[in-house]
Amino acid sequence: MLAPPEPAPFNVLWIQSGGCGGCTMSMLCAEAPDLATTLESANIRFLWHPTLSEETGAEAVALFEQVLDGTLRLDALCVEGAMLRGPKDTGRFHILAGTGVPTIEWVRRLAAVAETVVAVGTCAAYGGVTAAGANPTDACGLQYDGRREGGALGAAFRSRSGLPVINVAGCPTHPNWVTETLMLLAAGLLGADDLDVYRRPRFYADHLVHHGCPRNEYYEYKASAEKMSDLGCMMEHLGCLGTQAHADCNTRLWNGEGSCTRGGYACINCTAPEFEEPGHAFVETPKIAGFPVGLPTDMPKAWFVALSSLAKAATPERLRLNATSDHVVRPPAVRDIKRR
Amino acid sequence: MSDTGSSEGTARLVVGPFNRVEGDLEVRLELAQGRVAAAFVSSPLFRGFERILEGRDPRDALVIAPRICGICSVSQSHAAALALAGVQGLVPTDNGRVATNLIVATENVADHLTHFHVFFMPDFARAFYAERPWFPRVEARFKAAQGSAVRKALETRTTLLHVLGLLAGRWPHTLAIQPGGVTRGADARDKVRLAATLGAVRRALEEGLFGAKLERVAELSAREELDRWRAAGPEGDFRLFLDIAADLDLGRLGRAYDRYLSYGAYPGAEMPLYARGIFTPDGAGAVDLSAIAEDHTHARMEHRTHPHHPFDGSTLPDVEDETGYSWCKAPRLHGLPFETGAVARQMVDGQPLIRDIVQSEGGSVLARVVARLVETARTLIAMERWVHELTPGAPWCAQGTLPSHGRAAGLTEAARGALGHWLRVENGRIAGYQIIAPTTWNFSPRDAAGMPGPLEAALVGAPVRQGETTPVAVQHIVRSFDPCMVCTVH
Repeated sequence: MLAPPEPAPFNVLWIQSGGCGGCTMSMLCAEAPDLATTLESANIRFLWHPTLSEETGAEAVALFEQVLDGTLRLDALCVEGAMLRGPKDTGRFHILAGTGVPTIEWVRRLAAVAETVVAVGTCAAYGGVTAAGANPTDACGLQYDGRREGGALGAAFRSRSGLPVINVAGCPTHPNWVTETLMLLAAGLLGADDLDVYRRPRFYADHLVHHGCPRNEYYEYKASAEKMSDLGCMMEHLGCLGTQAHADCNTRLWNGEGSCTRGGYACINCTAPEFEEPGHAFVETPKIAGFPVGLPTDMPKAWFVALSSLAKAATPERLRLNATSDHVVRPPAVRDIKRR
Repeated sequence: MSDTGSSEGTARLVVGPFNRVEGDLEVRLELAQGRVAAAFVSSPLFRGFERILEGRDPRDALVIAPRICGICSVSQSHAAALALAGVQGLVPTDNGRVATNLIVATENVADHLTHFHVFFMPDFARAFYAERPWFPRVEARFKAAQGSAVRKALETRTTLLHVLGLLAGRWPHTLAIQPGGVTRGADARDKVRLAATLGAVRRALEEGLFGAKLERVAELSAREELDRWRAAGPEGDFRLFLDIAADLDLGRLGRAYDRYLSYGAYPGAEMPLYARGIFTPDGAGAVDLSAIAEDHTHARMEHRTHPHHPFDGSTLPDVEDETGYSWCKAPRLHGLPFETGAVARQMVDGQPLIRDIVQSEGGSVLARVVARLVETARTLIAMERWVHELTPGAPWCAQGTLPSHGRAAGLTEAARGALGHWLRVENGRIAGYQIIAPTTWNFSPRDAAGMPGPLEAALVGAPVRQGETTPVAVQHIVRSFDPCMVCTVH
C-alpha cells in the first residue's frame, strides 16, 4: 500500500536589508524545541536564509530567480530590516550584493509572487530605529512609514492570499513571535481579524508588557525607582512604557527568565511604530504637574491622578524602602495564617 | 555575480550576496593564472547610525547604538556606556564591572560558537569537497542548517544566552549595561543558576567541540602540539577541523599583514583579562589612540582630502562618488591597516600557541579559527570565576551626572575585534558620534596610498578553480574574519 503523499512544505524566503540582523539572532534562540525542530514539525522550510543557508552568491541569486519565475512556490516572504528608499528614491543605500539591484526592488518583485509577506521586526514593519532622527536613508517599513500606511509596498498592497503585510513588530522580535506566526500561517490559522490596528499578530499584541511585570506591586503603590538599578516601578521617573506597550514580554519571557523590566530597565515600547522617537530621553519620564504624560492604556486621567495620590499615601514602608534600593532590604512580613 | 573575461588571461568576478556573514557583502575579484590577483571589498548597505545619533540626549546612545548590530549588540552597548562614563568621569562599581564582563563575554562566546558551527564550517560540507577523506564526517556534523553539530551548537548557544536573560533581561538589545555598572543585581540564587548554565556550556564544548577539558585547550602553547592533537588527540570537531586544515593547507591561506590591534578586553580590578596593545612583525607595542584616522578616498563619503581622527570625523554619504567602491571608511593606525579579532587579542595578550602559529607561518585562516577556539576556552574559564566574584548586597550601579560639554572614547572588544565609539557632547546633546567597528578595520577599502584593507590583502593569491563562480577558498578567507557587515558601515 502506498503511503499518503508528503504534504508540500511551507516555503519561506528571508531577505535582510536596513536592519541589524538582531531578529534573526533572536530567532536562533528558540528553545524547547529548538528552531530547526520547531520549523520541521510544522513542515516549514527555509528556501534561503542569509544566516543559515549553504548557498552563496550566484547560487542564491539563481534561487531568487526560480521563485520569481514560479518554479519555486513562495508561501511566505520574510523581510528583516527597514526598506531604504534613498538616496532620491533610487534605493542605492542598499544594493543587494552581487546583483546591482536595490534590495527594495528585490523585495517588491518577490512580494508580488508571495502568498504572504511577513515584516520581521519593527524596522521592516514601520521603519524603526533605521528611520530615527534625520532618517539619512529615507527608511520606511514594508507597508508603513512610521504610523502612516504606505511604505515600500504601498497602502493598497495585498499578497496573493489577500492579506496585507503581517507586522511581527519588536526590536528585536521574540523568537516565538516569529515562529508562531509562521506556524499559524502554515496551518491556515492566521487571518486579517487576527491582526491588531497596526497589523501585529494579536496573539502577542493583545497583551501589555505590564502584564506579569514583577514590579506590579511597586506600580500599585506608586513606589518608584529613582535611579538605574533601583527595584521600584520605572514608570514615574525612568521612562517605562510597560503599561502602554503591546507585547507579552513579562508572561512569555526572554532567554530563559528575562524581560526588559526584569532586567532592571524601562520598557521602551519597541513593538510600536515610531517608538524610536519618543520626544524625550528614552530613560526619563516626561511629566506635567508631576504626573507622567503617558498614562496607562485605557485609564482616564482623572482616575489615574486620584488613584496615584491615594496609592502614594498608602505605600507600605517596605515598598518605599525597597523601591530605591538595588536589593530587597525589607522582605514582606510573614503572617501567622492561623491568627485573624 | 558576473564573470567577465578579458584579453590578457585575466578575469573579473563579482561575488555576492555573501551569506553566513552578518549583513550583506560583495567582493570583486581580479583573477590571473587561477588565483586572485586583486580584491575589492564592498559593504553595500548604508544606514547612517552616526547621523541618527547626532542631536539626541547622550543617554539615548544606549538605546540606539546597540541596534547597529544584532550580533554585537552588547559590545556596541558597552562601548557606548564607556564613552558616556568617560564624559562623566564615572567608574563602574566592582559588581558592575564584573557583571558587565559576564554580559560582554556571554555575547562574545556565543558569537564564537555561532561563527565556527553555523557560519564557517558548513563550507567544508559542500559537494565541492565530496572527494576528500574527511567529507562524510564533516557533512554529517556541519551540513548548513542541518548537521548534528550545527544544531547542537545552536542549542548550546541558546543555553549560554540564559546568562543574559538573567543578568541583562534579554539578548540582543539590552539596556542593562550603564556607565556606572548594571541595572540588575544578582543574589546567591542567581549565582548558582549562572554557574549551572555555564556548567552546561562547558560540558557541551568539552564533549562535542574539544573532546577535552577547556583548560587543556587554553594551555596549548606550540604549533607542534596541534599536529599531535590532529594525529592522536581526542575525538571532536576541533580535531576534525585540524584534519581539514592540514589537508587544505589552511595555515597558508588568507595571510594579511600580520599587524594586530586589540583595545584589551574584560577590565579587572588591576588589569584586563586580555591586554591592550598592538602586535606587528616588529613585536609588541602600545596603542596610540591619537594615531587612529579614517581615510575616505575609496569610501562613498565626502571629506576625502585627508584622513580624520574620529573626534573630527564625519559621515556624509556621497552616492555620486565614482572612486568610492564601499560605504566603509578605511581606518588606519599610524597610516597602516591593522587586523583585529580573536587572533589579534590573543597575539597581543601573548597566548603562546597563537604567537607560535603566526610567527612561524604567518596569520592565516587556521590562525584566526584556532585563536577563536582557544579564546572560547579561556573566556569561559574566566566567566566561571566572575560568577564567583559577584557580591550580593554590594552596589551594582554608580550614579553620575552628564556634563553639558565633553568628549570621550569608549573602547571595547567585540567578538570580532576592536570596537570604538568617539562621543562629543555639546550643550547637553550629542554633537558628534563616530564609530569604528572591528570589520571596519578588517574589511576596509583601499586608502589614499592605494593600500588595500586586511581582507583585500588576505585574498590575494587565493586559488580559484576553473568555472567557480563563488570560489570556496575566497569564502574560507572571508569567513575566517567572522565579518559583521552591519557594524562595518553602521
